[in-house]
Amino acid sequence: MNDMSPDSYVTPDGRTIGGVVMEMKNITLRFGGVVAIKDISFDIREGEIRAIIGPNGAGKSSMLNVISGFYVPQEGEVWFRGSRRPQMKPFEVAAQGIARTFQNIALFDGMSVLDNIMTGRLTMMKTGLFAQSFWFGRAEKEESYHREQVEKIIDFLEIQNIRKTPVGRLPYGLKKRVELARALAAEPKLLLLDEPMAGMNVEEKEDMSRFILDVNDEFGTTIALIEHDMGVVMDLSDRVVVMDYGKKIGDGTPDEVRNNQDVIDAYLGVSHD
Amino acid sequence: MPEQLLFAMEVTLNGLMAGVLYALVALGFVLIFKASGIFNYAQGVMALFAALTLVGIQDGQVPFSHLINAIFGTDVHHFGWHVPAIFAILLTAAVMVLFAWIVERYVLRHLVNQPGIILFMATIGLAYFMEGFGDMMWGSDIKKLDVGLPQGINFAIDDTTFEWFGYGFFIDNLDISATIVAVILVVALTVFSQYSKQGRALRAVADDHQAALSVGISLRFIWVLVWSIAGFVALVAGIMWGSKSGVQFSLSLIALKALPVLMLGGFTSIPGAIVGGLIIGVGEKLFEFTIGPLVGGATENWFAYVLALIFLVFRPQGLFGEKIIERV
Repeated sequence: MNDMSPDSYVTPDGRTIGGVVMEMKNITLRFGGVVAIKDISFDIREGEIRAIIGPNGAGKSSMLNVISGFYVPQEGEVWFRGSRRPQMKPFEVAAQGIARTFQNIALFDGMSVLDNIMTGRLTMMKTGLFAQSFWFGRAEKEESYHREQVEKIIDFLEIQNIRKTPVGRLPYGLKKRVELARALAAEPKLLLLDEPMAGMNVEEKEDMSRFILDVNDEFGTTIALIEHDMGVVMDLSDRVVVMDYGKKIGDGTPDEVRNNQDVIDAYLGVSHD
Repeated sequence: MPEQLLFAMEVTLNGLMAGVLYALVALGFVLIFKASGIFNYAQGVMALFAALTLVGIQDGQVPFSHLINAIFGTDVHHFGWHVPAIFAILLTAAVMVLFAWIVERYVLRHLVNQPGIILFMATIGLAYFMEGFGDMMWGSDIKKLDVGLPQGINFAIDDTTFEWFGYGFFIDNLDISATIVAVILVVALTVFSQYSKQGRALRAVADDHQAALSVGISLRFIWVLVWSIAGFVALVAGIMWGSKSGVQFSLSLIALKALPVLMLGGFTSIPGAIVGGLIIGVGEKLFEFTIGPLVGGATENWFAYVLALIFLVFRPQGLFGEKIIERV
């Protein structure tokens, strides 16, 4: 697992997919009597876009919350970059290099777009409380370095003209883009996107798809995303996990998944008995 | 210049300085409310506790002496040493940081994601606990606080104004130092919260807990930090009010004076707390001076609250409160 080279391959469009970055082993998550995730295993490779799809209530968001540390599974192991991850708080997971966005957007409404994105770099700032309090040279230098990096991301996502606007005033589609920017600012080793296209119109969806592909291409960022719009997912992702009622019913390339009978049943609706 | 006008000017100046003292108390409320959405009922008691601790350390009192004497039949009261003011203040600040840590560990941590009213109730409990604890630790007698701040009339101002107008202004030295300290504190806090990494994290936590976690901010650290800062502000307020009127239970009631200040200035704005404090300070002094004699005086007791009430009707978020942005 540490040895990435033998596993790596090159995609038809010329991107290099490396070894396994994250591996979920036999994850089971229960809320009281309800089993949200049932014995699911899958892996995420370096540099790929990995999708988790499934009908409503399949347990996709729960899975993302397990990866980002918001939920703690009752059973199973999470392996990240070659070692088993002990139980962690969400902020510790974030500090490890896993950034995420939320299905219903969790931004800091009272703060400007720029400040929101700057919070993404908090874990990378090294200057201590004391130096920060007194704004000594080092803290200032650090601040301007991070500011530069953030400006690059702002340019990349084409949100220059709203950088001083309080996020609370922005329309939905732009908020989603700011949230992506904040996650990117952390220079994540793994980027988790929870329904990045939910509630968007066709144009906004196309924009967002383009940004996701560009991020992956430009920065080589490993991305795991949840989406229930099948069409979008199939175009975007390298590999797809399909979930239904908390179980994994399919795993493979978009083409493999498309022809999987269980997946077709789950989406078209066949009685579960 | 007519005598009346000069007198009004003097009243205004005194009002401004009283306002600074109100603002100091209000500031503690704003800090905690901004970062955690908690209206901290215990802020006044924190000021009392800080002042008690400061006096106790300065005078070398043995903490819990009554308790110790009652249990062991001993008769200890004082260590017999005297700690210099600056060290005593630093030690008290350390005690307030420890207090912040304890509050986070034993109260807040267990109430994460509870509605605001539950947290508010918790701070009421905290207030009564601290009140009793402070009494038990340092005794309930009225204490004199003296950290070496100059007190009494400022003769320089008295003389100068007498030379200019033929009427000497009475300005208390203590009020002048309070103003200077408050200005430094506010500038420092504003710069800290707007431009530092921790300040940004603090604002982020205030806005959305879940989002803050997802960018790697530890809520616990931020809460300890903000309660420490609020404890420090309480200490400063405790020093100023304690030097003025002695350290006793009624010191904790200054919190009540902060309420109208907050309604005026907005619960979430540091400049708002200052401006609100000044308006109330000047307003109540001038009102007492002009209208007071007509209605039999004692208007200072209610003026601030009536003003706050009027504000609630016309501008519920206060002068500087965050605009309520509602998207439909």
